[in-house]
Amino acid sequence: MSYKALAEIIGEADKEGKLFWEIILDEDCRESGTSKEESFRKMLYMYTAMKEADSNYDASARSASGMAGGDGKLLEEYRKQKNRLIGNFLTKVMEKAVKMGESNACMKRIVAAPTAGSCGVIPAVLITYEEEKKVSQDKIVEALYVAGGIGEVLAESAAISGAKGGCQAEIGSASAMAAGAIAYLEGGDNETIAHAAALALKNMLGLTCDPVGGLVEVPCIKRNVSGAVNAIISSQMAIAGIRSKIPPDEVIDSMRRIGSLLPECLRETGKEGLAITPTALGKLKFNDL
Amino acid sequence: MQLFDIIGPVMVGPSSSHTAGAVKIGYVARKLLGEPVKSAEILLYGSFDATGKGHGTDRALVAGLMGMNPDDARIPDSLKLACDQGIEIKFGSISLKEAHPNSVLLKLEGENRRLEIVGESLGGSIINIASIDGLSANFSGDYPTLIVHNNDQPGHVAEVTSMLSHKSVNIASMQLYREHRGGNAVMVLECDQEIPEQAIQWLKHLEGVEKVTYYSLNKEEKER
Ligand code: SF4
Repeated sequence: MSYKALAEIIGEADKEGKLFWEIILDEDCRESGTSKEESFRKMLYMYTAMKEADSNYDASARSASGMAGGDGKLLEEYRKQKNRLIGNFLTKVMEKAVKMGESNACMKRIVAAPTAGSCGVIPAVLITYEEEKKVSQDKIVEALYVAGGIGEVLAESAAISGAKGGCQAEIGSASAMAAGAIAYLEGGDNETIAHAAALALKNMLGLTCDPVGGLVEVPCIKRNVSGAVNAIISSQMAIAGIRSKIPPDEVIDSMRRIGSLLPECLRETGKEGLAITPTALGKLKFNDL
Repeated sequence: MQLFDIIGPVMVGPSSSHTAGAVKIGYVARKLLGEPVKSAEILLYGSFDATGKGHGTDRALVAGLMGMNPDDARIPDSLKLACDQGIEIKFGSISLKEAHPNSVLLKLEGENRRLEIVGESLGGSIINIASIDGLSANFSGDYPTLIVHNNDQPGHVAEVTSMLSHKSVNIASMQLYREHRGGNAVMVLECDQEIPEQAIQWLKHLEGVEKVTYYSLNKEEKER
């Protein structure tokens, strides 16, 4: 059985004297009947696949609709410029998030985390972290367990699909998962991890799913950037000692309630919001989709 | 949900339901046919029909029919690959009664066999095979699955289940469907373990059993 609350994971960790990620590893071994080594190897495979997807980015690829492609390259070029407003780390995170989102739209191999639409958030943050902070790959894999544990709670107690909970459930969940992962990498304790996730999720509450043409392109790709950057600022707040005034599990429950209140037209049906703007409708006719 | 449904799966984008799920439907159909597909009529329904093109659902289904998995980087080129291999592919739209919004009817022909299935993509990359050769079925392709078409006569269920227990194969779920009393019937059994090849051969030779189809999780084809 998956954990239904972050507090349950933390409680178990305290009881067992283990770290957050170890609790999730143990649970996976129990659930799928595998050894720790096998589970860890599988998670490493997921991370390797993320890195492959990142380095295989093809700037010339365009999606079938013609709406997506090439923006990752713009950020890559921008990152080379001096006098940028923001630093290298954050620019790189943005670049990688766009690249992954575009690769997904262009039918490249990606890792859904938690979904294909939100596949850019977690790798953008973790790959950049490994490259810039020179931590070991194993450490990043541990952080992926942290992300996975948060994601499981979100899936059990709220939602992780746009069709069920709106974009807060996709990009929002990915962002919360990534925030917890960085909090762990930055030395945060279990409580800090949970609050990083909560702070990230709070910033995403209410986000609707209104993709143009029902395709995972507009606004999805750029939302991966906002999810990734939001994960970083939220983890930094938590590391600095800031706590979510609303306890993490109550934030998750709010996401669930808001999701079920969202009308269907704002849950991946492409029937409202950005999807029905004149430009969106014009584009689709143009491409005869 | 399991951990590796959250971090994972590795898949070709853009959509877990319209792309990865579609590959899986094609893949399961290919395995159920039990031999390479020579021609396929692919009839799309609902959202598969409406947004399938933008999601690459067409290419995903064909990739699956060629035996590719959802993480195969060749998926975007599947139409061309199928053409190169002389596989005949026809696309169309269809209106299916009471079907899930993401559904497809696949009419397949191989060297010796034909198969018609309705596959549904339920979200995530979870799928359901809703019918086989016009008879209802409901299975996900996540377990080794045995499908037995037989005459609706007493005794077949007992034969199949006792064979499985003899081979220490545990049944995870079992469904029975029939056209009408004494007509064509189908048994769908999802199992926790793989069923040995000779056991399947044995079943095929039972009187009143018309067709035995086995979906194995092993990558290697179990063809008969
Ligand atoms: S807008 Fe909808 S489809 Fe796009 S990323 Fe968000 S939840 Fe996914």
